[in-house]
Amino acid sequence: MSHISPVLWQFLVKWLTNSALLPPEASKIAPQMDALLFFMVLVSLIGLTVVALLIASFSILYSKKRHPVAEQIEGSTLLEATWTIIPLGLFLVMFVWGALIYFRVFTPPANAMNIYVVGKQWMWKAEHPGGQHEINALHIPMGRAIQLTLISQDVFHSFSIPAFRVKREAIPGRYTTVWFEATTPGTYHLFCTQYCGTNHSQMIGDIVVLSPEDYRKWLAESTSGMSMAQNGERLFASLSCAACHNARPDARGPSLANVYGSKLALSSGGTVLADEAYLRESILNPSQHVTQGYQPIMPTYQGQISEEGIIALVEYIKNLDSDYRVQQTLNTTDLLPGSEGKAAPGAPGPAKQGMVKQ
Amino acid sequence: MSSDTIVLLPDQSTARIPKRNYLTQENGLLSWLLTGDHKRIAILYLISLSFFFFIGGALAGLIRLELLTPQTDLMATDTYNKVFTMHGVIMIFFFLVPSVPATLGNFFIPMMIGAKDLALPKINLLSWYLYMAGGLLALYTMATGGVDTGWTFTTPLSTHYVNTNVLTTGLAAFIAGFSSIFTGLNFIVTIHKMRAPGMTWFRLPLFVWAHYAASILMVLATPVVAISIVLIALERTIGIGVFDPTKGGDPLLFQHLFWFYSHPAVYIMILPGMGVISEVISTFSRKRVFGYTAVAFSSVAIAVFGFFVWAHHMFIMGISNYAVLVFSLLTMLVAVPSAIKIFNWTFTLYKGSITFETPLIYTFGFMGLFTIGGLTGVFLGTSGTDIHLTETYFIVAHFHFVMVGGMLMAFLAGIHFWWPKMTGRMYPEKISQLAAVVTFIGFNFTFFPQFILGTLGMPRRYASYPPEFQILNVFSTAGATILGVGYLLPVLYLTWSLKYGAIAGDNPWQATGLEWQTQSPPLTENFVEMPIMDHEAYDYEWLENQTKNREKEAEVTSAG
Amino acid sequence: MPDSTTIAHGAEAAAHEEHPAYLRHHFNSTEQQADASNFAMWLFLLTEVMFFGGLFTAYLIYRNWYYPAFVSGSHQLNVIWGTTNTFVLILSSFTMAMGVWCAETRRRRGLVLCLSLTLVLGLAFLGIKTVEYREKIEKHHVPGTHYSIGAFLDPAHDEAASAAGDKPLALDMARHTEVYFSLYFLMTGMHALHMIIGIGILVFMIVRARAGAYTAGHVTMVENFGLYWHFVDIIWIYLFALLYLISRH
Repeated sequence: MSHISPVLWQFLVKWLTNSALLPPEASKIAPQMDALLFFMVLVSLIGLTVVALLIASFSILYSKKRHPVAEQIEGSTLLEATWTIIPLGLFLVMFVWGALIYFRVFTPPANAMNIYVVGKQWMWKAEHPGGQHEINALHIPMGRAIQLTLISQDVFHSFSIPAFRVKREAIPGRYTTVWFEATTPGTYHLFCTQYCGTNHSQMIGDIVVLSPEDYRKWLAESTSGMSMAQNGERLFASLSCAACHNARPDARGPSLANVYGSKLALSSGGTVLADEAYLRESILNPSQHVTQGYQPIMPTYQGQISEEGIIALVEYIKNLDSDYRVQQTLNTTDLLPGSEGKAAPGAPGPAKQGMVKQ
Repeated sequence: MSSDTIVLLPDQSTARIPKRNYLTQENGLLSWLLTGDHKRIAILYLISLSFFFFIGGALAGLIRLELLTPQTDLMATDTYNKVFTMHGVIMIFFFLVPSVPATLGNFFIPMMIGAKDLALPKINLLSWYLYMAGGLLALYTMATGGVDTGWTFTTPLSTHYVNTNVLTTGLAAFIAGFSSIFTGLNFIVTIHKMRAPGMTWFRLPLFVWAHYAASILMVLATPVVAISIVLIALERTIGIGVFDPTKGGDPLLFQHLFWFYSHPAVYIMILPGMGVISEVISTFSRKRVFGYTAVAFSSVAIAVFGFFVWAHHMFIMGISNYAVLVFSLLTMLVAVPSAIKIFNWTFTLYKGSITFETPLIYTFGFMGLFTIGGLTGVFLGTSGTDIHLTETYFIVAHFHFVMVGGMLMAFLAGIHFWWPKMTGRMYPEKISQLAAVVTFIGFNFTFFPQFILGTLGMPRRYASYPPEFQILNVFSTAGATILGVGYLLPVLYLTWSLKYGAIAGDNPWQATGLEWQTQSPPLTENFVEMPIMDHEAYDYEWLENQTKNREKEAEVTSAG
Repeated sequence: MPDSTTIAHGAEAAAHEEHPAYLRHHFNSTEQQADASNFAMWLFLLTEVMFFGGLFTAYLIYRNWYYPAFVSGSHQLNVIWGTTNTFVLILSSFTMAMGVWCAETRRRRGLVLCLSLTLVLGLAFLGIKTVEYREKIEKHHVPGTHYSIGAFLDPAHDEAASAAGDKPLALDMARHTEVYFSLYFLMTGMHALHMIIGIGILVFMIVRARAGAYTAGHVTMVENFGLYWHFVDIIWIYLFALLYLISRH
């Protein structure tokens, strides 16, 4: 909010948060939301005061003792118009202002770093692209746009960070997203705010915001195992995806290199943006999302992969910019039709190909 | 008559309760259990509603006791989850939805329009039996392990992830829903078809308009929750898959179907209370309601707009941003008629002649608390701020302000206002004024801290919470104790008044409604001759003429 | 000068006018009574529309999402039985309307005949529905643990599917046929429940009609029940079109 004097702004921010009515403001959107909240509280206070004063003064001035005979007044169109238009006007201002903030919170910037979060009874599992897994915690750098892609493994949950003023439902069956940019290092509450069963109140954790340097340190220390994309590559091979998605001229499925983010023509006639939701749906309900020019023969993997597995596959496909490694796997496995059980002669084993970095 | 009260009682040394009235017309349990008399049915409802209210209240007490400390130490977490679920189910389906319509609406709508009864007396009795069946089923659920899904039955939690009594609770709500539908149906038919000659729509008391609007909602919205419950039951028992993503279903479909009823439900709950406020504020200012037409149309506008805002309960659930835009805008529109009413009631006081009996004190409480509750609704209807405030104690505070600070206060205002008419006896004024003030203070202590808990981020439905939230929770529990006293007092003194209260006479408040122009308690047939309505609603000049004529006749009789 | 409203202190009731026995005392006239109960029935039917509306909404959404599954599912239903049932219900609505006319023109025997025909036709409808349901149970098309998607994966070996010329569905789409059948059973089951209730009331009415209860001027029961019956018929017509006739050539 650049139009408010910075001194006044600082005072408001400090007062709002130090008066212990609001959590600390730790994200870029938080002061903007607090400004709107403040406006609404102000309008409400004024409205309430007006009504209370009117009631109080009328009660005193027109008590029976003071005003023994009542005057029968039918009404006043002017007053009706006034107290219709002014509240409506104020509400519409709030509507527009709020809608702007809402759109801001739920329209992630293109360069946001994506972290997947899977909610399940009763814990939050965060998956960083570099392979770090966290339970009931999230370490993030300050000053960077972070997008969360949420999904639930069972019931509705809701991922809430009061200090960032963001909250988003984690639903079974589809991804939801939210983004924020943390501004102040520190540890903040993470709550599940959608009632999800017995230990709903235990599904809480910490959001740890680190300075860029501390974050780099944390990344280095906490990496164990493979990155998500590497996990995804493993799954891709073990589920035999390359049997069809291998970019050969006679391939039964489309090549997946650079497919993420592109506009695909579907065999049903429309076009679709190949985002995370599309990739997930294609794995679970492929026959509705067949790329034009291909047969609807892809089997569904519903029930065969967990949500974490799907996330790993999606991450893998997102980062796929060439089919080199996919085709490499074909040399070393018996996936192609007509090559039952026979490895290609002279093909080196998978480990030597450096397929999987440990 | 003293100058600070309008109460006009008959001479207590000679006054008697009229021998023949709806209470003495017939005796015996069966005459009550098989009655068609809308007034007796209203009394049946009043007793059973009070019973369920205190059960729901006891559950609330348990909640507040548990929340005194940050840990789950009073009861197991599962038990806490069951307690808040049953608190919601009982308070909403078995108290708030039927409260004013089934008691005061049933009793007074026929009298206010000059009819002998509602159009469908047998359906009216059926409504009460359905209500009792549902209520008993809810009690049975509590006795056999309870249910812990929250009153909102969110899928897939309620369909696949709990093994508590979802089916019996669903059935209880389903049955209670039909009770509500039949009540609404009865009111609409009655108001359309049974008005006395001369009783045009715009001569109706605003109480009747409010119930008409609420009845439209009862009739059109309740069936949708009925089918939602059926779907949950089938999903739970045979796994039909309509809400199960692994079978191609969509859990968000349940949310849409559920909130399509549950949002209009809140207007079903508040509109009748607003009707009471119109009556009370007019009587105690001795003035017609300011802007009669505006208030009448606002009631209908709330009902109509109320159908189009349900997804504001789903802003962060992954519906499209554009849907959010539409529903947020419509929510702003539905807020305006309520604001119009508050101002019209306030200006009813202007140049009136005001006395401060208990019903008016409750009314003032309503106006302040409903204003706060309603304004915080705008906080939530604004999509941006809803992100931070939804699913926290801000929501809990918001709906308790409008439901308890609003609706319950209006209910108590109405009970006190019409107590003399229903029973023939006055309640004791001083202690009731005290109770009203105690309730107001207790309420604010209980629920205002919850707004702050909400802005601080404390989630709702939590059995345990981070320790920094404790002090506000302690405040809230302390307030709840005071509030409990405030609700207990009326039960005591109203019961006392049945035997020892002053004889009220026909019209102790000197009010204008048709119900006040006949004896207290009324005859079973309400009126001996069909009334003819030849004056406007809230016509105090007409009332004065009536009084003058009666005095003249009395003089003539005593002189001759 | 008389007051415009009456204060009923101890006043005696006015002399009792002559009125039909069936006029309830809270009504002023039989016209008002008939009018009120008729209006009440229309309102009740409106609530029924809202009740079924939830199911129609679910149908709308899922048919839009899973059209191929809905096509294959629909082809599993027997159009001959469905058309017969539609015809049966329309005929029963005709006999019901004739019944209302008989009541209004005080034809006691005609009324009993018409109500009985309506009853028989209603029972015929339910009989045919039983046959259809039994077939569905045998083919394991009832949603739940025993649901089978074999017919959709391999339509060549299924009579109904091959007759309709269905192509095999992919596995995930075949699984979605369960949603179609859920809606089929829900909607037709809810409809059948309303039919059963209607038939119960018909039995009661036939007994009363034989005793002449509806042919002495008090016809509202027959008229209002007629409304209910027509409503149930109309719902069926929608169900028939939506469930049986998806992509039939």
